[in-house]
Amino acid sequence: MTEVKASMAGSVWKLVAAQGDQINEGDDVAILESMKMEIPIPSESSGTVKEIKVEEGDFVNEGDVIAIIE
Amino acid sequence: MKSTMTTTNQSFQERVDTIKSGGAEKYHDKNKEKGKLFVRERLELLFDDDLSVEDAFFANCQDGTLPADGVVTGIGKINGEQVCVMANDSTVKAGSWGARTVEKIIRIQETALKLNIPMLYLVDSAGARITDQVEMFPNRRGAGRIFHNQIKLSGRVPQVCLLFGPSAAGGAYIPAFCDIVVMVDGNASMYLGSPRMAEKVIGEKVTLEEMGGATMHCSVSGCGDVLAKDEQEAISFCRRYLGYFPSNYSERPKAKETMDPRAFEKSLEEIIPENQNAPFDMYQLIDRLIDEGSFCEIKKKFAPELITGLSRIDGKSVGIIANQPRAKGGVLFPDSADKAAKFIQLCDAFNIPLLFLADIPGFMIGTKVERAGIIRHGAKMLSAMSEATVPKISVIVRKAYGAGLYAMAGPAFEPDACLALPSAQIAVMGPEAAVNAVYANKIAALPEEERPAFIKQKHEEYKENIDIYRLASEMIIDDIVEPNRLRSELSVRFEAYERKDVTFTHRKHGVYPV
Repeated sequence: MTEVKASMAGSVWKLVAAQGDQINEGDDVAILESMKMEIPIPSESSGTVKEIKVEEGDFVNEGDVIAIIE
Repeated sequence: MKSTMTTTNQSFQERVDTIKSGGAEKYHDKNKEKGKLFVRERLELLFDDDLSVEDAFFANCQDGTLPADGVVTGIGKINGEQVCVMANDSTVKAGSWGARTVEKIIRIQETALKLNIPMLYLVDSAGARITDQVEMFPNRRGAGRIFHNQIKLSGRVPQVCLLFGPSAAGGAYIPAFCDIVVMVDGNASMYLGSPRMAEKVIGEKVTLEEMGGATMHCSVSGCGDVLAKDEQEAISFCRRYLGYFPSNYSERPKAKETMDPRAFEKSLEEIIPENQNAPFDMYQLIDRLIDEGSFCEIKKKFAPELITGLSRIDGKSVGIIANQPRAKGGVLFPDSADKAAKFIQLCDAFNIPLLFLADIPGFMIGTKVERAGIIRHGAKMLSAMSEATVPKISVIVRKAYGAGLYAMAGPAFEPDACLALPSAQIAVMGPEAAVNAVYANKIAALPEEERPAFIKQKHEEYKENIDIYRLASEMIIDDIVEPNRLRSELSVRFEAYERKDVTFTHRKHGVYPV
């Protein structure tokens, strides 16, 4: 089980993956909006998305967990 | 089983052979299990033709158990150029430092200083021999002098640290004062206090890898620059790295044969996204500008929102500092600013021209970075960039907003040229943020249905105001360059600025914002 964490502070602009999805290492799980930029948040491991911890529009700080991959 | 004891009855050759073979066999076996080479094997791999001069081979030979006193020092050739080296022998009392060990290291540093040639540190040492502390710790030519010499050598000759094992406590400062630290994954470690000490003194339970392992230092602390998978890789990196440098600050790097950039299906023009806010992979741009295979990246795993690396354009060394929009939007953070500051100083010290590739929304904002002191870290980067007197070219690839423009060698910082691609946008802030900042009250006062049209109109006006042709017309930027012509433009400009010879200012030294 690995956690996908926000690389920087920002708001969740788009959730790319959903619970139950199969994803590969390097696939984007979510895209944040920060500093007027789109910040892709890729998964560091392959597996199934067990849980998405945030909703679109949420503010996340650097290091906050966005999703859990199993 | 061979003995490391020397006795008065031994012949000269027997003594030499004993010393050459290092410590007891069980320590050789232990090292082999960990994938570690014997110190003399490392040196054979490192040099074109082994160590040519060895100093104090017989150091501490009468003790009988400490061949060469646990360190090999001398001079050898890499790529045909002389370099000085000190290399710990971890088969001899775990590479620990006694009085003669320290004296040998100090002497080879003094040789590097006299000959004005690079100094390499092959570190694999448990630290001081506590039993010998009075002879090697507090005195004038004690271990402190090693660091004093490193600081004196810094910027004068290249200093490289290859970390093959531990560098503990005070010993951890040898890597800290080097230009670059290459760490071997799994074996290299750096820490002031071991996990055992941490548990005793502060109650923290932690593994060695977490405390000071190679991966941690190369990705989190920034104390390591290059993560090597084994010793062979670390050594070949070192040989390659030195090829970008001259022997000392008064010489220029030697040029190699020119190579074309790697061939790509898509041109530069095709890969730069029109939307300023969309991510873009800066490596794609770098590969299209430099000689194929010439990128030697420094701190790849640390603060990846800024790329730093040595390269060649037309065979000549060029240091690249580039924002990476793929990571953290290319925004500058305290770590990336530090990373840039050190890299810029490294290149400037050894006459390597600098290329800045800007695609930056600015410095990060928010409580987290303010508390981390982003202002003073950013100041370090600006200060290093500003003081650099080597040829400097900044290229505005896409956006350069706010202090981001300044940090990436914007026009006010005397770059020899500030070039822009047609996609460039230079402004205090991006259109969305600017319209919001200036018209927030007005927008709020408008009926809701009128707002989108008003905002759109203001965006357009703003974009016209910061149009790149307007900035060229005002001579803020020196030229607008078609992306597919950028490499040849850089090549002719770097050649034109080669003769640049300026002194930043006269003083003892600045008061650095650290």
